[in-house]
Amino acid sequence: MLTDLLPLAMLGGVLGLDVVSFPQAMISRPLVAATLTGVMLGQSASGLLIGAALELIALETLPIGASRYPEWGSASVVGAAIFATHLTHPAGAMTLAVFAALATAWVGGWTMVQLRRWNAVWARHWRDALEAGSRGAVTSLQLLGMTTDLVRGALLTAAAYAALAPITTACLGLWSTDPRVSRAVIVTITASIAGGAAWKLFHTTHGARWFFVGGLALGFLILIVR
Amino acid sequence: MTPASAHAVPSVPAASPELPLGTRIAIFVRLLAIQGAWNYEIMMGNGIGFCVEPALRLLPGGVHTPRFKAALARQSRYFNAHPYLAAVAVGALARAELDGEPPERIERFRTALCGPLGSVGDRLVWAGWLPFCSLAALALFGLGAGTLPVVAFFLLLYNVGHLGVRLWGLQTGWTHGLRVAQSLANPVMRHGPQQIGRLAALAAGMALPLALVRIIGSGRTLIGAVLVAVAVGAVVIVRLQARVEGWRLALGVLVLFILLSVLR
Repeated sequence: MLTDLLPLAMLGGVLGLDVVSFPQAMISRPLVAATLTGVMLGQSASGLLIGAALELIALETLPIGASRYPEWGSASVVGAAIFATHLTHPAGAMTLAVFAALATAWVGGWTMVQLRRWNAVWARHWRDALEAGSRGAVTSLQLLGMTTDLVRGALLTAAAYAALAPITTACLGLWSTDPRVSRAVIVTITASIAGGAAWKLFHTTHGARWFFVGGLALGFLILIVR
Repeated sequence: MTPASAHAVPSVPAASPELPLGTRIAIFVRLLAIQGAWNYEIMMGNGIGFCVEPALRLLPGGVHTPRFKAALARQSRYFNAHPYLAAVAVGALARAELDGEPPERIERFRTALCGPLGSVGDRLVWAGWLPFCSLAALALFGLGAGTLPVVAFFLLLYNVGHLGVRLWGLQTGWTHGLRVAQSLANPVMRHGPQQIGRLAALAAGMALPLALVRIIGSGRTLIGAVLVAVAVGAVVIVRLQARVEGWRLALGVLVLFILLSVLR
């Protein structure tokens, strides 16, 4: 178990760090993070598939300033690892993996708020040194914040995977819904959120709805022609 | 413009001194970590000090002088902006400190920059460029592209914009110093969010059906019902958006569906 957990935790730590602290290159987006997890587990196609499903949900998340939002980096590692370890993708595997990712993202958002509070505590602790223009204090505060964020992501990934992977396996043993219906339900949920997110983001942009309709027509045309 | 105000804010900026390459690289690398100590009290203030610090080493006398310490203390106080656009502030503040601008003027400038750099960055990047890149990559995925093309396309496209904004911001801030506000009125900043929004809407329209069909796999026989359900679901989410976020709603629905599938 530990040999499975350690690489996942390290990946979760690095991807959790990317969300806000360093370097915000969006390797923490589900499409990338889940695929990287899949690659690490030798199941890149599974990683991409679950990553695309999670990306549809993550479209809704705008990581704006002090707002609280789901932490997708570590969450995508957990969701993708759970999905990729069930090689044949049995009925319910994607549903349970998305659930695991969402639950982890929720807790991850909470841990980010706690980290920001701790950063404030440390900033207060070093206030005198910061007001005196200490290079050491400025650099230490920055490095401490980033290190804690890395550890936060790693611990979150390890704890979430350790807790949710056995639950997923147990649930799959009892799963009774038809595989096609199971997949249809999860796709409906993710695409509905993406549709809602697209409206939320672009409805105030002049002419955007016609671009959306045009894109939709193009998309369906491609599907029909293929 | 009165002679007095013309003296306070010269209309023709002085030629910018050269920032050594090593210092420029150090600042740029630090910009990637500008939110490393983000918190609810001074926001990214410490990050600004952290990024400006390599430039402050160029002050006469180096790092052990009262001038260096006063400048670093000033730059490490409260500041909030979009993390990428904060590069503009870092460049401008570094220039202002090295030019020996009066401290109270630098502090007023710092305060005035927060709002514009935050709102422009949020509209341009978080609500524009990021969703556009994400949707374009999802469209590529829906077209059947493999792992490497999809991930490489997203990362390259997004980071061309991301790193480009940071580089431009640092250069622009350094070049214009305290007069940098004018550069935020350039066409990309003013019209960029609208144009990117339209492209993203086009990508959203394309990506949704294509990605949906690829993900659904064995459930493809139910595609008609799924499309109707997606349309209804999206309307419900839009109607509920002020009260509950879509992902929370999804979590609730998934719990019910899992319980139904396991306990039945």
